[in-house]
Amino acid sequence: MGAVKAAMGFTLAVGTFLQHLINGLTLGAIYGLIAIGYTMVYGIIRMINFAHGEIYMIGAFIAVTTFTLLLGAGVTSVPLALVIVLAISCTFTAAYGWTIERVAYRPLRTAPKLAPFISAIGMSILLQNFVMLTQGARSKSLPPVMTGGVTLWHDGDFSLGLTNIQMFIILLTVALMAGFTLVINRTALGRAQRACEQDRTMAALLGINVDRTISLTFVLGAGLAAVAGVMVTLYYGVIDFYIGFLAGMKAFTAAVLGGIGSLPGAMLGGLLIGLIEAFFSGYVSSAYKDVAAFSILILVLVVRPSGLLGRPDIEKV
Amino acid sequence: MTEPLLDVQGLTMRFGGLLAVDGVDLTAERNRITALIGPNGAGKTTIFNCLTGFYKPTAGRLLLRHPARGPIELQKLKGYGVARTGVVRTFQNIRLFPSMTVLENLLVAQHQALMPRSVFSFAGLLNLKGWRAAEEAAVETARDWLRRLDLLAVADEEAGNLSYGMQRRVEIARAMSTNPLLLCLDEPAAGLNPRETRALAELLVGIRAEHGIGILLIEHDMGLVMDISDHIVVVDHGARIAAGTPAEIRNDERVIKAYLGEPDADDVATAGGGAH
Amino acid sequence: MAAPASTSIPVAHRLRDAGIAGLVAMALAVPFLGLRTVNLDQGLVVQANLAYVPLAGAVVFLGRLVLGLLAAPLAKAVAPLAAWRPPAAAQRLRAWGGPLLVLAAVALPFLPFANRYVIDLGTTALIYILLATGLNITVGLAGLLDLGFAAFYAIGAYTCALTTTQLHWGFWPALVAGGLASSLFAVLLSLPILRLRGDYLAIVTLGFGEITRIVILNWQGLTGGPNGVSGIARPTLFGLTFDRRAPAGGHTFSEVTGIAYAPEHRLIFLYLVILALTALAAYTVARLRRLPIGRAWEALREDEIACRSLGINPTMVKVSAYASGALMGGLAGCFFAARQGFVSPESFGFMESATILAIVVLGGMGSQAGVIIAALFIVVLPELARGFADYRMLAFGLAMILIMIWKPGGLLSGRLPTIRLSNAKPKSVAEAA
Ligand SMILES: Nc1ncnc2c1ncn2[C@@H]1O[C@H](COP(=O)(O)OP(=O)(O)O)[C@@H](O)[C@H]1O
Ligand SMILES: [Mg+2]
Repeated sequence: MGAVKAAMGFTLAVGTFLQHLINGLTLGAIYGLIAIGYTMVYGIIRMINFAHGEIYMIGAFIAVTTFTLLLGAGVTSVPLALVIVLAISCTFTAAYGWTIERVAYRPLRTAPKLAPFISAIGMSILLQNFVMLTQGARSKSLPPVMTGGVTLWHDGDFSLGLTNIQMFIILLTVALMAGFTLVINRTALGRAQRACEQDRTMAALLGINVDRTISLTFVLGAGLAAVAGVMVTLYYGVIDFYIGFLAGMKAFTAAVLGGIGSLPGAMLGGLLIGLIEAFFSGYVSSAYKDVAAFSILILVLVVRPSGLLGRPDIEKV
Repeated sequence: MTEPLLDVQGLTMRFGGLLAVDGVDLTAERNRITALIGPNGAGKTTIFNCLTGFYKPTAGRLLLRHPARGPIELQKLKGYGVARTGVVRTFQNIRLFPSMTVLENLLVAQHQALMPRSVFSFAGLLNLKGWRAAEEAAVETARDWLRRLDLLAVADEEAGNLSYGMQRRVEIARAMSTNPLLLCLDEPAAGLNPRETRALAELLVGIRAEHGIGILLIEHDMGLVMDISDHIVVVDHGARIAAGTPAEIRNDERVIKAYLGEPDADDVATAGGGAH
Repeated sequence: MAAPASTSIPVAHRLRDAGIAGLVAMALAVPFLGLRTVNLDQGLVVQANLAYVPLAGAVVFLGRLVLGLLAAPLAKAVAPLAAWRPPAAAQRLRAWGGPLLVLAAVALPFLPFANRYVIDLGTTALIYILLATGLNITVGLAGLLDLGFAAFYAIGAYTCALTTTQLHWGFWPALVAGGLASSLFAVLLSLPILRLRGDYLAIVTLGFGEITRIVILNWQGLTGGPNGVSGIARPTLFGLTFDRRAPAGGHTFSEVTGIAYAPEHRLIFLYLVILALTALAAYTVARLRRLPIGRAWEALREDEIACRSLGINPTMVKVSAYASGALMGGLAGCFFAARQGFVSPESFGFMESATILAIVVLGGMGSQAGVIIAALFIVVLPELARGFADYRMLAFGLAMILIMIWKPGGLLSGRLPTIRLSNAKPKSVAEAA
């Protein structure tokens, strides 16, 4: 009897662990996608785009509006709805990303270091309040769009599940990451980006259109943030105008943790933050989950000041 | 003969696979100008960086015979600690405090002396007499160096707004305001016109005569080096290939070869031209 | 660059440019102005107000066109203003600027138009000036970006709250404790992270700010969690309170002075207390800038490597900058707690840190006068816009962007030298005279 109970306890523990792992990976995928926007922008213009969290929030709002419209129009095919929502949300959010850079950051490209940062904080406040004023301060909850999932393991009261949404999030993130790595490593845009990262003046002299490269970087980052916004809308079903702040802060933490400027680093950092959050809330305390994330960040930076996958910057004397 | 002020033995600095400095021996004496020459990329600046605590050498001993504190092994000190022993440097790519005035630059240099006199700012906050006297003395020191380097007229200008030649002079004045024991100059004549270079030569000779300090000089201007150095050390590919008086170096085959090996033969011409 | 519009740009080009801007604005307007999701009983529905879309496009089109045409003449008109430098005599008056300003501020509550509202607003502005004066040391002088300054504000506030409510200390000892606790906290926090450079340091300070807030929010036993702490001791004047009735064993201000009790007295007293604290802080910073420590802060901002080459220990300089800034943050926090009589975690979120940082940067990094102007701007502007309560944060964000574009170095970006050789009389001359 005792042995059976112990064994059951053990499998239950493993099951719980796996459930936290799945939840953490899902969350981490979302953070990672937002983090890429931070890391790319930082890589190319050395600036913390503080309004990037708001871009993600805008993506989520457009997703809610589009889903609601599609439901109203009687679209019942989930895959079709997903494709339409992703396309619309990415397009419009990318337009926001492009405009923000054009209006608030480009005039400050040669300004003292903190000026674009303050401008970004201003943009973040502006966008939050813009969305609050136009869409209302109350949170929006969407009826579940995507339901169902697979039960991986079942035992008495406990069941370990992977929902379709989680699968969708993880698979889409993997696909996007793969595609993105290709873009950055193989295309002219990727080369232009890397050239601008190294030396913007030199890149311009070599005939690279620096302005366009930077604009495209914002567009791509915003597109990915929009995907994250769609995902979070599906996953939680509830959003409000304030979600960008915390998510943005965590995604930025993820970017720094992974090594800012590094794409795989952003993804790794996102996953780590997601996992820390899931495991810490599961096993220790959900109130302090963000404390855990920030503490890990600080510890990592103290040991490896350039983050996990970042290139250490050599001090030139 | 007394023992040298600075005794560098077997200094080695490795960056990953690159051996930038390879077992270099070097001495510097008080009242002497010791020049460190060699083609670009030979490892001269790296030697300075090791000496002044910016890099931890891979191997070697950097012994400073401090008149008051006795022998000090510089490689064991923290970065900023080296300057406190009186080993002060300038940088190949000038490092001033650009938006502070020239005078302020020279006062920052006297931080070590002034900090205790401000009693960690308390005496300074209360503007006590002892502090005021200390500050006046510091300003006088600065004024002396500004005068010697012909910078009095620009004392209240932002350092970053000055011409290149002036910025070089400010950096030397700033280093001298610390009242150093060993002054390490990294290419001080780079970018100076011939007149400025002559003034620099006079200045260094003057400092050597009056201040009883040692001068270590990295320089590409062979005319200057041959004129004012007492002792020359030549490095190439991180290793020391020759050392001696200017006359000895001028005729050293290895040195000529090291410079001829360079695609840019200008240096040799200058080295030859230095023989006047 | 913000396309420097010169009059030579052909009109067709301008029209095209404005047209593109208008089209983009229309696209951006569709999902937010044009469509609005509303919560109804049966769930979300989308309401269409598509008329807003062409409206937004037209506004942006015209705005862009008019601004483009006006930019050049406007810049020309403003140029002499921007180039204007006060004459030398006025420069000398600058030394008197501080004391005069303080005098004017002391007089404020006794002026005819000074009602409760004005005094209260003045008190709030002064709290922000004190906070920004502290942060200005870290960011403006030492060049260390700090995105979590509200943590020090919070620690000062909670130290005050807890020492007065739990230990029954008076306001003044609590004030000292608040400042010191913040400072100590800053030293402990900064030691492990000072190796980090630039933006990494910034993100870590952001993390510390959040950690502090979350801990305060969740440590129910000590801090009361989201409910906060109430019943914090009010400031007293040599032991006299400003209450209507004296507390047991105490006396009130009106009893002792014979001035009839008025509730405004407390407000005026609070205002004068924070004015004194702020003036003292500003004076201290002005003096510190002229001392070795202050010069080392600025030198560190300019070039850390050069500092090391002169024997300056960067760690000590950074720690002292953090600690001095935090001290002022702690004092401000403590005063804030005592003024409200109540503290809760929501006063110390990231927006608070961002606001204080915005004051420093908008004012012009390192400039005390800039801090004062920017703090007044940031506190008073939203108040003036009170009628448009809904739009004031929107306007606030917009103003931050516009000011940065207009003056990227901040409103007062020039740096004043801490000493001039021409003023320090040479010894030889002085003796000869
Ligand atoms: N921090 C560093 N990391 C890697 N390599 C370095 C570093 N500093 C110097 N080097 C290398 O060491 C060699 C010597 O450089 P340097 O001392 O600057 O030469 P010099 O001053 O004689 O012209 C060069 O090949 C340079 O690239
Ligand atoms: Mg060199």
